[in-house]
Amino acid sequence: METPLTANIRPDGRLDRAGYEATGGYGALRKVLADMAPGEVTQMVKDSGLRGRGGAGFSTGMKWGFIPLDDERPTCIVANADEMEPGTFKDRILLEGDPHQMVEAMAVSGYAIQARYAFIFLREEYRPAARALERAIGEAYEAGYLGEDILGSGYHLDLQLHTSAGRYICGEETALLSALEGHRPLPRAKPPFPQQSGLWGRPTVVNNVETLCNVPHIVNHGAAWFQGLSRTEDAGTKLYGASGKVNRPGAWELPMGTTAREVVEEHAGGMRAGHRLRGMLPGGASTPFLTDEHLDLPLDFGHVAEAGSRLGTGAIVALDERTCPVGMLANLERFFARESCGWCTPCRDGLPWTERILRAIDRGEGREGDLDNLALHCRHLGPGRTFCAHAPGAVGPLESGLKHFREDFERHIRERRCPWE
Amino acid sequence: MLSEAERQAIAEERERWADPRAAGVEALKAVQEHQGWVSDEALAEAAEVLGMPVAELDGVATFYNLIFRKPVGRHVILVCDSVSCWLVGQEPLYAALQQRLGIAPGQTTEDGRFTLLPVCCLGRCERAPALLIDGEPVGDVSPERLDDLLERYP
Repeated sequence: METPLTANIRPDGRLDRAGYEATGGYGALRKVLADMAPGEVTQMVKDSGLRGRGGAGFSTGMKWGFIPLDDERPTCIVANADEMEPGTFKDRILLEGDPHQMVEAMAVSGYAIQARYAFIFLREEYRPAARALERAIGEAYEAGYLGEDILGSGYHLDLQLHTSAGRYICGEETALLSALEGHRPLPRAKPPFPQQSGLWGRPTVVNNVETLCNVPHIVNHGAAWFQGLSRTEDAGTKLYGASGKVNRPGAWELPMGTTAREVVEEHAGGMRAGHRLRGMLPGGASTPFLTDEHLDLPLDFGHVAEAGSRLGTGAIVALDERTCPVGMLANLERFFARESCGWCTPCRDGLPWTERILRAIDRGEGREGDLDNLALHCRHLGPGRTFCAHAPGAVGPLESGLKHFREDFERHIRERRCPWE
Repeated sequence: MLSEAERQAIAEERERWADPRAAGVEALKAVQEHQGWVSDEALAEAAEVLGMPVAELDGVATFYNLIFRKPVGRHVILVCDSVSCWLVGQEPLYAALQQRLGIAPGQTTEDGRFTLLPVCCLGRCERAPALLIDGEPVGDVSPERLDDLLERYP
């Protein structure tokens, strides 16, 4: 089984430039600069079927294709390394473990869209990753992989690391751009899309860390190879994770389309003794619940969507049968309520209400009509009703939780207590 | 009052960006690194160095979880209270921490040693429950491990 993204990550520490080069590192950059036109790189990525690994799953090559190559304005490429989705930690592993892979990915991807400026937008809490990246960026400049006239090709790219100061909304593409410009990180209206008018009004592509890290490997081995890594229609490998009461929480690079059962039972070592899996968020906190009936579902974009959820970040958060689903939802909604940027009313006012109602039910103070009220919030905070995807992401687990764990909610209200306490 | 070192740090950040306001977050973090928090006075001076309105920099400062606009203790303990940590015992850990330190969330111990704050997912879900102490991650924390852990922060 091939694991291109994590092959060079070793327990004994991070690869420096020489170590990275010894594994073939910066070969993809040399190749595109010497042999490929920018449009060819984009076409190759498009052909590979690479879809965004940050949650939305949009075609990466198509996103790049919206960049006007004949524009006079300098183009920007931004790595979204603001990983803050509860349950998700995959990008941290890539950044800490193989920072040069990220740097090369920025250079190769930047070349494809003829970017002049590149930024890595990193969350403040990832200090070890920041240290690794700073060193790698310095080493790459010294070796002529970044800066003016890269490897004598005439292509220029400056790469800068920005560390943020902790706020989930910064992971939203347009809020991230606001943050990078130094404004309060509020989402912006689309259109115009960042590819037309992004960072400081320049054509800009924002991609997730894992998405970008795939690019040098696609360049090295080709689109067909990338398709072949997967077990299903969605190409490539995927960093799947598992957390909750599993024996070995962690993240593993596996073929796209690996089933939830394999992730949880084989790689995470199954549930802890005396626990049974009851439900799961398949791709982080903003993805609707699946249940134990979905264990054999191949985790790819299409299959998970058919089952009523989203692949998201591929980070499974496991709910066991001894944990109260109402308490878990109250925890999730507190996160979303707290992290709402407050820009639009439904999200700012609605999410604290969902949290309050869930807390009351959890404490045994639920009332007749609470569940209808929660369902109403799910509709009013759903897709299309708010400025960005924060609130729809928040009510995804809630709406599905109300469906899958209805009886648990009703018991709380009927018995006026939490049955798990 | 900003020290010469802080002014220097902010000026350096400003140089890295075509638009000085883009250095706002870094400037606030530079102040915080030196003083532990960002006072109104320091914020106003930082805004002046960046050439941006004080209210705008304050709008940025107050938006972020990790910019402190009130004094904090010598060591800041951020407790991840998001879902993966919650599932494996964050609540009892948080209760034990509060009891051990004798403070509620948001407070600082009387001797000024620790400030305790809840924080969103730290991205250490495989080592849950997790904390961030003085910016560095600590994983697999249990109430039993607390005494040993806190001793490391005099």
